[in-house]
Amino acid sequence: MDETLYRLVSIDLWPLVAGVLVAVTCGLIGNFLLLRKMSLMGDAISHSVVPGIVAAFLIANSRTSWIIFVGAAVAGVLTTILVETVRRLGRLEAGAAMGVVFSILFALGILMMEQAAARHVDLDADCLLHGQIETLIWFPPNDLGQWLKPATLSMVPNEVYILLFTLVAVALFIKIFFKELTLSSFDAALCDALGFSAKRIHYLLMTMVALCVVASFFSVGSILVIAMLICPAACARHFTDRLRTQILLSLVFAVGIAVGGYALGAFLPQQLGYAHSISISGSMSVMAGLFLGGSVLVAPQYGWVAKALAQNRFELRVAEDDLYGFLYRLEEVQKTDMATQVILDGIGGGRVARKALQVAMGKGWVVRSGKFLALTDEGRKRAKTMVRTHRLWERFLNRELGLPTDHLHIPAERLEHFTTQKVAHALVPQGSDSLEDPHGKPIPDQD
Amino acid sequence: MASGLTEVGFSWPSWAEFFNALTLRAGFNARVVTLGTTLLGSASGLLGTFILLRKKALVSDALSHACLPGLVAAFLIANGFGFSGKSLSWLLAGAAFSSLLAVLFIQLVIRFSRLKDDAAIAVVLSVSFGLGIALMSVAQSVSSGNQGGLAHFIYGQTAAMQFHDALVMGGVTLFAAVVLGLLSKELCLVAFDEDFARLQGKPIAVLDFFLLGLTVLVTVVGLQAVGLILMIALLVIPAAAARFWTERLKIMVWISLGFGAVSGYLGSIASALLPRFPAGSVIVLVSGVLFLLSFLFAPKRGWIAAMVQNFRTRLFITQDHILRGFFEEMEFNADLKTLKMHTFFKHATRLDRVCLYLLQWRGQVRRELDAWSLTDAGTAQAKRLTRNHRLWEEFLIHYADLAASHVDRSADMVEHSLSPDVVEILEKALAEKDQAQAALASEVPGSVHPLGEKKSEQGPSHG
Repeated sequence: MDETLYRLVSIDLWPLVAGVLVAVTCGLIGNFLLLRKMSLMGDAISHSVVPGIVAAFLIANSRTSWIIFVGAAVAGVLTTILVETVRRLGRLEAGAAMGVVFSILFALGILMMEQAAARHVDLDADCLLHGQIETLIWFPPNDLGQWLKPATLSMVPNEVYILLFTLVAVALFIKIFFKELTLSSFDAALCDALGFSAKRIHYLLMTMVALCVVASFFSVGSILVIAMLICPAACARHFTDRLRTQILLSLVFAVGIAVGGYALGAFLPQQLGYAHSISISGSMSVMAGLFLGGSVLVAPQYGWVAKALAQNRFELRVAEDDLYGFLYRLEEVQKTDMATQVILDGIGGGRVARKALQVAMGKGWVVRSGKFLALTDEGRKRAKTMVRTHRLWERFLNRELGLPTDHLHIPAERLEHFTTQKVAHALVPQGSDSLEDPHGKPIPDQD
Repeated sequence: MASGLTEVGFSWPSWAEFFNALTLRAGFNARVVTLGTTLLGSASGLLGTFILLRKKALVSDALSHACLPGLVAAFLIANGFGFSGKSLSWLLAGAAFSSLLAVLFIQLVIRFSRLKDDAAIAVVLSVSFGLGIALMSVAQSVSSGNQGGLAHFIYGQTAAMQFHDALVMGGVTLFAAVVLGLLSKELCLVAFDEDFARLQGKPIAVLDFFLLGLTVLVTVVGLQAVGLILMIALLVIPAAAARFWTERLKIMVWISLGFGAVSGYLGSIASALLPRFPAGSVIVLVSGVLFLLSFLFAPKRGWIAAMVQNFRTRLFITQDHILRGFFEEMEFNADLKTLKMHTFFKHATRLDRVCLYLLQWRGQVRRELDAWSLTDAGTAQAKRLTRNHRLWEEFLIHYADLAASHVDRSADMVEHSLSPDVVEILEKALAEKDQAQAALASEVPGSVHPLGEKKSEQGPSHG
C-alpha cells in the first residue's frame, strides 16, 4: 500500500469514522431533545454520568466493557428521577433542579476519580473531558483482500464497535417509537390520554441519551457531546418545518461537522505551518458552531440573510404602494406641482423611497411630466385600490369599533397593505353607491 | 488492581488536627485558603439568590464554561509577546471577556435564530468550551510546559491560593453585596412580574446585564478555588437550599449567603485534612448535604413537613366524612340513633378506625358499649358539613348546569374548605335562583340525590 495512504488509514481512518458515528448518533437523538426543549438535559446527563462511569470502570477495570454502559444507563435514569423529584417536590424551576443534581453528581464523580488515581487506577480526568479520539490507531494489512478477515476486524478499536452498536440501537429506538416520541413531544396530554405514558417515554429517551453520551465519552469527551447532541438538529431546524426532513438533514449536517471538524483539527494546522494538530474534539465542536452560524445566516426563508432580503422586498412594496396613494391624493386636491423630493420624503424618504420611485417608473405606472411626477392610467388603478382600501378601513374603524376620527389614519395606513380582495369586499357595506370616509373624502369606486 | 479498591492508603486525621483546622489554627496557608473559599461561598450564595429568582441558573453554567477560551487565548497572546503568560489578572481578564461575550452570543442566538433559550445556552456552552479545549491543545504545542497551570482552572486548585487572592475575593464579595443591595428592589420586581416592570420603565436588559456581569466577576474570581465546572454548583445550590426555609427575599438572601459560607468553610477544611479530596468537589458535596437536609427538614416546604401536613389533612377529612356519613344515615333512617360498632368496622379502613377514636377524644362521638352515637357537638359539626355539602351541590346544579347525579364527588371535596364567608356568598347566590329557595328554607337542606343507594355502594363512612 502507498505510504501516505497507509499513514492516513492507520492514523486518521478510525478517528474519522468514530467522529462521524458520534455525530450521527448524537445528532439523531438530539432532534428530540431540541423538539422537547430539553437541550440542557443533555448537558445535565453528560455531567452526571461521570460517577456512574467511574464506578463501573473501577469495577470492570477496563474502558470498553459493557459494565460501563450499565453504569451509564443507571446514572441516566437516576439523573432523570432526581431532577423530576427535586423539581416537583422541591418546587424548584427546571434549570435550577438540573443544576443542583448534575453538579452534585459531577463533584462526586471528580472525587471518585481522584480517589481512584490515589489507588493507582488509571482513569484520566482529561480523557473524560475531551476524549482520546486521536488514540484510535490501527495498522491495516497491506493487502486489501485481508481487510474483511476476522483477524483484521478484531484489531479495529473497540470504541468504533461500541459506537456502531449504539448507533444501531438509537436508530432502532427512534424507528420503533417514532409515533410515541413525536406525539409526546408535541402534545403530552393527548399522548397520555391515548394510553402511551408520556412519562415512560421521557425516561426511555433520557436513558438512550445517557447511552449515547457514554458511547461518545471516550471519543469526544463529556462537554463536547452536548455540541453533537444539539448542533446538527439545530442547523437542520433552520431549513425545514417537518420533523422527518429535519432528522434526515441533521444526519447530513452531522457527517459534515464530523468530517469538517476532523479536517480542521488534523490537517489545517499543518497547512498553516504548525507541526502539531489541534484537539479533534475541540475542532469538531468549533466546526459545529460554524455550521450553526452558517445555517442561521444562509438558510432560505429562516436564515438571517433571507429574512433581511424579504424585509427589504416588503419595505419596497409598501413604499411603492404609498407612492401611488400619495400621488392620487395630490390629484384629488389638484396639486400637480409638488417637488419630487418632497413626495419622496412624504412616503418615508431615504433609499427605500428612491428605489420605490425607480420601480414605479420602470413599470410605467409613474412618469415624469416636466419637473414633476404623475400617475399613468395603470398607476392610477393601483392608487385607487389603495386609497379605497384605506378609506373603507377608516369607515369600518369609525363605525364598527367606535374609534374617534383622529385615531383612524394610522391603523388604516397599516392595514391597507395587508388587505386581500376578499377582506376589502367584506368591508363594503350593503347597498351603497357613493360612500364617504369619516373625514368626508369620497371612497373611490372599484375598477 | 482489584486490591486497589479495598486498601485504604491514608489515615484519618486525629481529633486534634480536626479541631485545629476548624478553629483556623492549622497554619497560615490553610487559613488563607479557608478564608478565600468562605468568602467565595458567601458571594456565590448572595448572587445565587437572584440568579435563582431570575431563572438564570443554566446561563451561569454557560458563563463559567465560556471562561475557558478567553483564559487560554490570553495565555497564548501573552506567550506570543514573549511573556510567560502566568499573570493571573491578565488571564482572568481574558476569562471575563470571553464570558461576557458568551452572554452576548446567547442573546444573539435567541434573537436571530430559530432556537429557544435552552438550545441557545447549550450551543454557546458547548461550542465555547470546545473552542477552549482546541486552544488548549494549541497552547500545549506552542509553549513548552508553561501551559500546565491552565488545566487547574478547570478543576480548581485551592492550594495555590495566596493571601492576595483571598483579599480579592473579599473585595468582590463586598462589591457584589453593595450592588445587589442597591438593585434588590428592581431585581425583585423584574423577577416576579417582568411585564409590570417593563411598563414601569425599568431597564430589564440593563438589570440582567448587571446580574450576569456580577456572575462573571464572581465566577472568574472563583476559578482558582473550585474550577469552572463546579462554579455553577456554588451559584445554584446554596440558594436552592435557602429557598426551602422562607418565602421572604431578604431572609432567603441571608440564609443563602450563610449556606455558601458554611460550604466553603467546611469544604476547604475537610479537603485539607483528607488527602486527595479535591477542594472543589468537597465544597460542592457539603453544599449538597445542606441542600438535602433543607429538602427533607425545612418547615412547611420541606418534604417531611409536607408529608405530615398531608397526613393531617387526610385525618381531618376522614373525620368529617365519618360525621356526615352517620348524620345522613340518621336522616335516611329516622329510628337510627346509634351505629353498631361491628357494622362500622365491617367496611372501615384502619384510617377510619383511628379517626373514630380521634372523634371520640375530641368529644364529637360517644361510645356506648357496642355502639356509638353523635354527641351534641358532633351533631352540630355534622349538620354544618352536610349543609355545606348540599349548598355546594345546589350551587353546581343551578350555576354550573351539572346534573344532580354528578355533583356529589365535587361536594365531597369542597365541603371541608368552605369558610363562613364563602357559605354566605353561596347563600346569596342561591337566593337569587327560584328553584333553590327550598334549599335555603331548612337548617340542613334536603339532598339532591338519593342517599340510600350510595350508602350500600361505598360503606358507612364515605358519603
